[in-house]
Amino acid sequence: MKFRSVFDIIGPVMIGPSSSHTAGAARIGRAARHLFGREPKYAHIHLYGSFAKTYKGHGTDVAIIGGLLDYETYDERISTSLETARASGMKIRFHEEDAHTDHPNTARVKIGDEDGELELVGISIGGGKAEITELNGFELRLSGSHPAILLIHNDRYGAIASATAVLAKNEINIGRMEVSRKAQGEQALMVIEVDQNIDDSILNELERADHITQVAKISD
Amino acid sequence: MFRNVAELIELAESEQIQISEVMIRQEMEVKQLSREEVFAHMERNLDVMEKAVEDGLKGVKSHSGLTGGDAVLIQDYMKNHTPLSGQLLMDAVSKAVATNEVNAAMGTICATPTAGSAGCVPGTLFAVKNQLNPTREQMVRYLFTSGAFGFVVANNASISGAAGGCQAEVGSAAGMAAAAIVEMAGGTPSQSAEAMAITLKNMLGLICDPVAGLVEVPCVKRNAMGASNAVVAADMALAGVKSRIPCDEVIDAMYKVGQRMPSAFRETAQGGLAATPTGRELEAKVYGISLKKE
Repeated sequence: MKFRSVFDIIGPVMIGPSSSHTAGAARIGRAARHLFGREPKYAHIHLYGSFAKTYKGHGTDVAIIGGLLDYETYDERISTSLETARASGMKIRFHEEDAHTDHPNTARVKIGDEDGELELVGISIGGGKAEITELNGFELRLSGSHPAILLIHNDRYGAIASATAVLAKNEINIGRMEVSRKAQGEQALMVIEVDQNIDDSILNELERADHITQVAKISD
Repeated sequence: MFRNVAELIELAESEQIQISEVMIRQEMEVKQLSREEVFAHMERNLDVMEKAVEDGLKGVKSHSGLTGGDAVLIQDYMKNHTPLSGQLLMDAVSKAVATNEVNAAMGTICATPTAGSAGCVPGTLFAVKNQLNPTREQMVRYLFTSGAFGFVVANNASISGAAGGCQAEVGSAAGMAAAAIVEMAGGTPSQSAEAMAITLKNMLGLICDPVAGLVEVPCVKRNAMGASNAVVAADMALAGVKSRIPCDEVIDAMYKVGQRMPSAFRETAQGGLAATPTGRELEAKVYGISLKKE
């Protein structure tokens, strides 16, 4: 089931005007920000379908950038996020795409700075709920509204066991888990959705675990 | 966890509890939270809705200038006239409009289930409140009951205008409101389901065609009609009227209608009212551009 909580239906509390084009877009931006771990220096946003056609009227642009600035859906600073981001030196470009996508409200977000880059595809599925469907070339299905851990690891036996061993030791229950890879024996991505927010100490422990090369988290 | 309306009603009847209670218990289970935490969260949402209605009734204007001020007009009319459709109905309409005018003005609202359809549930709630005099707890329960029906629609069909048209947004919202009115008025769980079915049946096929792509025209007035539809359907269900088509099948029909809806009618501002001469003129004015060729 896509929706698990009554507060996905009665909620979120948000700045208008559109739950899918404003609140959902803000959540896609914020997921990118959390995975990147810091404020990016540049942002290239590609918009598809209804996003591309109506983003100006719905404030989808200010919402995604607001998310990149780590604003919540109800943060009134969303309306001035473009000015704020540009004032702090973020280079921003929006691209209206004609290509057909599986979901009508799709955004491809490329952000980065001198130390790294991140590219993700987010879809806004209605009522302010967003999912991440692609991260740095890996396909995945990640609902932005539950805490999750993302692990880049070597595609090798024992990688999953070493991650789940850390979680078991810390009594973290796994709600959903997904593994994807680009090719056999290369880099792979593990997505673990959990019930509660994860302490940084556990992330550090995961980072030291066998075969794990990179760790990121999304908070609730 | 209930997957459809039939299971929701079955749970409520077998445990002899209200639909709101089924929803509260499920939320506690899923999120591993206490009753107090779940309740407090919903009460905060209720506070946001109340504030939005108040703000809208004071009069707001959107940045585009397309919407705003109608909630005030309706309230003034009610003070000086006896509305033909009745005080409660027009009160619901004005408060639904108030909420969506605040939304269009980029004010703070609570999505129920979406921002574009945020007026139906609070609009009806704060109107019905004056007649039924509910406790604060009953008002919070109203939102859980609405949420329970919205939860089924979201998981079995859609609550996104871009995916399923306006029927998925204002249609769902109106149905949710109808079901909640029935519970607050003392109706049974199955009467709530009938009210939801009757409402949604009358919203089937409704397209999403926002002028200039803004959640303003016709969205604000669609919430007015969604709210009235909800009040009427709730009264019908309370009178004992039943839907010939079961609620779950209506939801499924709504989903299939949405899937076959051309993309011009799914929040792309390419068809319907958005594509009328006046719609295009307003669009050009809002964005300060010359008229595009069709």
